[in-house]
Amino acid sequence: MAGFFARLKEGLSRSTQKLSGGLTAIVAKRKLDDDALEELEELLITADLGPAVASRIIASFRRTRFGREVTDAEIRTALADEIAAILAPVAIPLQLDPTKKPHVILVVGVNGTGKTTTIGKMAQQLHDAGKRTLLVAGDTFRAAATEQLQIWGTRTHTPVIAGPAGADPAGLAFDALTRATADATNVLLIDTAGRLHNKAALMDELAKIIRVLRKQDPTAPHTVLLVLDATTGQNAIQQVRVFKEMVAVTGLVVTKLDGSARGGIVVALAEEFALPVHAVGVGEKAEDLQPFEALDFARGLLGE
Amino acid sequence: MFDALSDKFSGIFDGLRKRGALSEADVGEALREVRLAMLEADVALPVVKDFVARVKERAVGAEVLEAVSPGQQVAKIVHDALVEALGGEGAVPLNLSAPAPIPLLMVGLQGSGKTTTSGKLALRLRTRERRRVLLASLDTQRPAAQLQLAQLAERAGVPSLPIVAGQTPVEIARRAMEAGRREGFDIVILDTAGRLSIDAALMEEVRQIRAATSPVETLLVVDAMTGQDAVATARAFNDAVGVTGVILTRMDGDARGGAALSMRHVTGAPIKFSGSGEKIDALEEFHPERVAGRILGLGDIVGLVERAAETIDHDEAEKLATKMLKGTFTLEDYAAQLRQISKMGSISSILGMMPGMGQMKKQLEGANIDQSVFKRQQAIISSMTMKERRQPDIIKASRKKRIAAGSGVNVSEVNKLLKQFDDISDMMKRVGKLGQKGLMRQGLAGLMPKGMSQPRGQQKRPW
Repeated sequence: MAGFFARLKEGLSRSTQKLSGGLTAIVAKRKLDDDALEELEELLITADLGPAVASRIIASFRRTRFGREVTDAEIRTALADEIAAILAPVAIPLQLDPTKKPHVILVVGVNGTGKTTTIGKMAQQLHDAGKRTLLVAGDTFRAAATEQLQIWGTRTHTPVIAGPAGADPAGLAFDALTRATADATNVLLIDTAGRLHNKAALMDELAKIIRVLRKQDPTAPHTVLLVLDATTGQNAIQQVRVFKEMVAVTGLVVTKLDGSARGGIVVALAEEFALPVHAVGVGEKAEDLQPFEALDFARGLLGE
Repeated sequence: MFDALSDKFSGIFDGLRKRGALSEADVGEALREVRLAMLEADVALPVVKDFVARVKERAVGAEVLEAVSPGQQVAKIVHDALVEALGGEGAVPLNLSAPAPIPLLMVGLQGSGKTTTSGKLALRLRTRERRRVLLASLDTQRPAAQLQLAQLAERAGVPSLPIVAGQTPVEIARRAMEAGRREGFDIVILDTAGRLSIDAALMEEVRQIRAATSPVETLLVVDAMTGQDAVATARAFNDAVGVTGVILTRMDGDARGGAALSMRHVTGAPIKFSGSGEKIDALEEFHPERVAGRILGLGDIVGLVERAAETIDHDEAEKLATKMLKGTFTLEDYAAQLRQISKMGSISSILGMMPGMGQMKKQLEGANIDQSVFKRQQAIISSMTMKERRQPDIIKASRKKRIAAGSGVNVSEVNKLLKQFDDISDMMKRVGKLGQKGLMRQGLAGLMPKGMSQPRGQQKRPW
């Protein structure tokens, strides 16, 4: 846990130098006037909070602090608090239900967000925690996606259920659940092919996986994780909306936060959907999948 | 497209009756709308500011022509400037005028679609340009990445460089060029590992690959959904390896693709292709004029027509469009439309492609129409008599009870459907009116077979 803050900070600080530098420049020695507020708003926009959310946050600032002499530290604390207050309700770690054998986790998302890598990291953490885990290579569409998950399986000493290319992922998931139930497996992690949320047929395919799982366990899947790339802009809102509608997403994982993208869209998502953010990806290693901490994230976002 | 934009501006310019030069105040208000539209489309803020400043310069003092309104005049200036900023009309081809083997270097962030795009590009070069292409994966980072490219090469019908375990990316690059020379390939596509723009070690590695192979084209592969970070990514890759072209992937999604403008602005390099699907032939030339409308939130008519053409039953669509325009839209038609829409995808993403529908899209979302209820609504309509479907007004309490029982829902859901139908037919009437004004002419005509056969150039109207 100690590593989380340091790592996230390391990842974020590189990218927030501009933001924090900008903040210092704005408020070091002047009144919080219209110009200063506008610049603050723009800084939030460049972090992908979106024009609407940035404008709301700044509006609330205007009400309480307009015209005051404010220091750099004050504005940072206040802004971080403001953002953390939005994020705090969604900072909920992923809880496994020990009564479920297995606890079924379906991992979904658009192409290239890092679903398979996230599953690999989760498998390592579950293995270290002594849980029996089974992986399902449900991406039977993309070239070598199965092999990619199998390599993760070998690395993390976790068995992988795979089928031939083009196999029906729902059938694969069904067989895997049968086996996991027989083996008293703790966690069944199902990888799926990346798909754009506006492709109805592909979204139906996901819904089918869920229908088929429920034939064995009406409560499955117990978790539906949507993996979101931190570099994504405003389209993330539409992504979450459609995935939530179609497959009842229960929580988010935000990946690639170690890059220069700040993932400000998470703030907009928290306001709009209030879905739990279970974890963030801040690097390539297994331990780089970390629980999401609201205040740390907000502070990191502002370069503290 | 101009019509939709000027319609957006019309409120601003309503009070502006005078002719003559546009004042700074007139233009300023319209440009605030443009700024917001662009930010919502994920154009990076510095790029938005620069663009807006340039448009302002061009627009202030411009004479309003006799034939058009001030709103139309500003709309045209904005649109033209945006197409220009995206690279002007038409597509820029790959530079293939170099001695063989021509190295093409693919770079980008993780998950942007480099490997898939490499496969698509190989197929395109093999089939359309009749070139001998070798695919080589330099990705030693991601598990099975090299295998992925080998499998894609097979689908594209081109050879891939044999995988040798333990080689560094630079060594693989040298081996690929050597194989290219020895075996007489025209083009060698070098697919690199995804890397973060702030990862100094990996950026140094790609610099070395470039030094070792001197690529004729260095193509930056970018996800169309990218947000404000597009600027940082473009700058980092351009500084490190000198980007000569951009490929925008996932343009078949419903992101508005503002990253295109950011990329073009920072690198100065043309956007050469866009990825438009999961199939290996889904790579298209980039058309700035199409993306311009999408960025401004005015819809992508061509994209809508293409999507519709794939899924919609043309006769049925034509009947529906006629009814919509006439305002004689019944529950029966609504059920038919539900079937069409379920085939096409989420309703808001379709509306997003239609010009001038941004506002209605919001209203629809407010009305809580979601995909999952379509089926149930179809069931409810199926439980109605023909007469009820044509004259929903006659459906009172007792009929509602029967319909609810017939379709296995509560009466409240029947009420909800009727209410929604009312809302929608209201909307349709409005669409019909807009159609008379000409706003929807292109969009609806596009849904009809007659309109489909019209060459794209004719959809543009003279000024």
